[in-house]
Formats: sequence, structure tokens, C-alpha cells
Amino acid sequence: MSSPVPGDGGAAAIECRDLVVRYGDVVGVDRLSFTARAGQVLALLGPNGAGKTSTVETLEGYRVPASGSVRVLGLDPRHDRTALVARIGVMLQRGGVYPTMAPRQAVELFAKYYDDPEEPGALLEVMGLGAVSRTPWRRLSGGEQQRLSMALALVGRPEVLFLDEPTAGVDPEGRLAVRRVIAERRQAGACVVLTTHELPEVERLADDVVILSAGRVVASGSVDELGRDSEGIHFSAHDDLDLTDLAAALGASVQSVRRTGPGRYTVAGEASAARLAALASYFDARGLALGELRAGRGSLEDIYLTLTAGEPVAPS
Amino acid sequence: MAELDMTLRRGESLLLTLGIPVVLLVFFSEVHLLPTGTAQPITFLAPGVLALAVMGTALVNLSIATGFERGYGVLKRLGTTPLGRPALLAAKIAAVVVVELLQAAVLVPVALGLGWRPSAGGAGVAVAVVVLASIGFGGLGLVLAGSLRAEVNLAAANGLWLLLLLVSGMLAPLSKLPGWLQELAKLLPAAALADALHRAVGLGTSVAGWSWVVLVVWAVAAPVVAALTFRWE
Repeated sequence: MSSPVPGDGGAAAIECRDLVVRYGDVVGVDRLSFTARAGQVLALLGPNGAGKTSTVETLEGYRVPASGSVRVLGLDPRHDRTALVARIGVMLQRGGVYPTMAPRQAVELFAKYYDDPEEPGALLEVMGLGAVSRTPWRRLSGGEQQRLSMALALVGRPEVLFLDEPTAGVDPEGRLAVRRVIAERRQAGACVVLTTHELPEVERLADDVVILSAGRVVASGSVDELGRDSEGIHFSAHDDLDLTDLAAALGASVQSVRRTGPGRYTVAGEASAARLAALASYFDARGLALGELRAGRGSLEDIYLTLTAGEPVAPS
Repeated sequence: MAELDMTLRRGESLLLTLGIPVVLLVFFSEVHLLPTGTAQPITFLAPGVLALAVMGTALVNLSIATGFERGYGVLKRLGTTPLGRPALLAAKIAAVVVVELLQAAVLVPVALGLGWRPSAGGAGVAVAVVVLASIGFGGLGLVLAGSLRAEVNLAAANGLWLLLLLVSGMLAPLSKLPGWLQELAKLLPAAALADALHRAVGLGTSVAGWSWVVLVVWAVAAPVVAALTFRWE
């Protein structure tokens, strides 16, 4: 897998160089380097414990790096915290609002902390929260709470926006609003850092992706770049296929046939009609059900599962 | 204003800050159950209940509210805004001060109506005593709120309030406690606050030296421990 450093070639909003984060003797992040530009959406992906949250919290100034350096808008997140917090927006994965506080009250309160905030009413409308603007947080649906959380991150017109699971639990209409707002912020020159386990959203939204596993970068680049090395046949079937038998039937090497996740498989290499026909014959002859089938470049999910050895995608 | 608004919206907060003190003041001044040692129970009860109200606001209310804010992630989120921690702390202090003023505005007229005749000359000293005690109780409350889960903190703060009340001399004189417990109680801010208020606005005498020392030590030590141990999330 090629691993270009994401973000090369533009004004750097975030620079992370050889970042190491430790929890006692445990290394949470291991020599992580990446750059994110202004006007770019960067997605940090990885399974539980991969180091995503540790990385983002270091960028937000919550954690002290054991070594390496991070700069956000040219500032040190800990030493220049006062200057930095006015220029960033942080969406937490959950919570962060008084249960009795209504969206309008919360956005109006947070708007007071910034010199040039968004107009609260307009922001609530953009986020699709106009109809529930006076409903207490505890009575909002999970998706509405997520969108309010995002509104609070946006209210200060941030130059760097950290979004943790922005579409988790959000209904389809809400997702459209979230996507539209992210696209608008990118267009306006903001740098957006996404941490999410919703890979189709990443394919839609992200310019660049950094995939972490056990604290290290296992792949990085644009979704397109990551896809170049994923040519093959991607399919789902029952969970205990005999891979050696399958490879022989397809005339492929054993190494090219991989189980990428529970019931998910990839046959690397050319996705020719002959090989597809051989695959169909293999399943037909054995009376097996062939599930989802995709020929050519793998989806981000296929790539992700291959790189992280089938570990479940979840925020860490 | 938001901090004060949140404080006043909490039903249990209002109960502790106003409901319980008013009920205790009225009930025990009319029903002579407590061994106050004074001809009129209100003479002893009024400063004691004022001390109890201060302890409820600065210790219990502050601790429970902050604990839940921490549990809800509100403190973490506010930490990513330009509000900053010093401003948040200032807002909390301001809310405590306003609620204490509100308590005084309710309790003092009720006590006067029940026949209390305070020593006006001790008002300035009483304010200084209340300020010191509030800092100490506030620090103690933040030690709990910054280290315990919100639900555990809720129980711990209320339990501590009750425990301190029993050995405070707020509702009955310290002299009614066993000797060893009196000596132990005199090391705690509740007893020091109660004794100082009894003397300053009840008896009109000067505050005992041990009260000042205890109040000052707690006002310094508790916030320092809170600053060292507080976890924001």
C-alpha cells in the first residue's frame, strides 16, 4: 500500500510529526505523522485502541505528547491553548450539554464565548434543529443531539473543526444537513478532521484518509489513492470458506485470497470475466450462497478491513 | 448568568439551599426540642442555620452540580471554548455568592420574624467568616466532584453534609458532644463556621482564634487539593 503523507501541497492547518502518546508503559500512538491542509477534510480511521482519540485529544490540547510535535494553525495546542481554542471547534462523540438546556439556549450561550459567532437561530436552522430549538437536550433524539453537538462546534466559525462521529444515529435528512455543512466549511477554507466508523460517509466526505492500527499508520492518502492497490474481486459469503480450495478453483495464488472480515473475502488481482465466472461456478457447484459481489477497486470498507486484519471499525 | 440559571433550575438545589434551612429554622425555634442552651432557641438557631445554608450551597450544591457537569461532558466541552477554566471557576464562585445572598435575604427576615435580635456589630466579621468558609467548602466540594463519578459524588456530598452537620454545633451546641468528638469537630470547617457566626452575630463577641485558624487552613488547603486532584472528564 502506498503511503503518501496526506495534506502535502497546501497551507498546513494541522502538522503532526512523530507523535508518541503513552499511557504509562502502553504506547497509544506510535510515531504518527500527517499533515492536514486548510480546505481539506481528513478522516482518521481505525479499530478500538488504534489511537484515533488519543491523536485528536492531543491536537485539541487535552493530552501531552510523550515525544514528537503537533501544531494546529501553527500553534502548540497546550502552550498556546488560549489563542487556539478561539479558532477551533470540537464536536464530542456524546454529551457535553446540560440535560435541561434547549438547543437555542445552548447555542446562544456558546456564541457568547466567541468574538464573531454564527447567528444562533440561523445555525439551528442549517442544522435542521429549528423545530426543536426549545426542547431540552434530554428529550432530543440521538440524531438531534449529535446535530446540536455539531452546531456548538460550528458556532465560533472555526478554522479547524474536529468532528467525532458526526453522523452516528442521525437520520437520512440529518445526514444530508451534516454533509452539506461539512462541504460548506471545507469550501470556506476550514480544515475538518473526522473520526468515524461510518466508512461510506468517509468515502463521500473525506479528501484524505489516515488509517491507524495499534497506534501506527497502516495507510494514508486519498480514497482514490488507497483504492489503487485494492484491485480484485470483493465478496461476502459464509464465514468458513476453504481459501486454499477457492484459490485453486480460481487459478489464483493462495496468498491472493484473503478473508478480510467476518464473511468477507478479497481475491486480489485482475477482476476478469473468466475469474468472476470461475467464482460463480465454485459457489454453484458447492451449493453455497454468494452475497455482495464487487469487482475492481475495493470500497473503503474492503480496504480498511484488509489493512486492519478484519478488526471491527469503531471509535477509539 | 447561565451558571446561576442552572443552579436555580435544580429542584434539589433549591430544597437544600432554601427549603431545608427555612423548615429547620421555623420548626426548631417553635418546637423546643433541641438543647440550644439559650432562653430563646432562635438566638442559637439563626446563626447555626445560616451556617448550615452556607455549607449546603458552597459544599453540596457546588459539588453535585460540578460532578454532573463533569459526567455529562459539559466541562470537557467548555474546555474547548474560549471561556476557559478560570472564567468557568469565576462563574461558579459568582453563582455561590448570589445564592448565599439569596439565602441570607430569605433566612434573616424569617429569623427576625421569629424574634431573633442579631448583633449588628458583627456583620462585617460574619461576612469574612462566610467568605473563608465558602472557599473551604467549595474546595472540598470540588475535591469530591473532580474525583468521583457523578452518582457517587451525589451520595458522598450529601453524606458529608449530614456528617458535618451532626458535629458542627449548628443546631445544638458543640458542648453537647463527647469531649473527644468536640476536639475532632473543632478541626472541621463546619464547627469553626458555626462557632464564629454564633459569636459574631449571635453573642456579639469576638470570634475564637481556633475558628479563624481552622477556617483559613481549610480555605487554603481544600482548593489546593482540588486543583491537584481535579479531573475534568
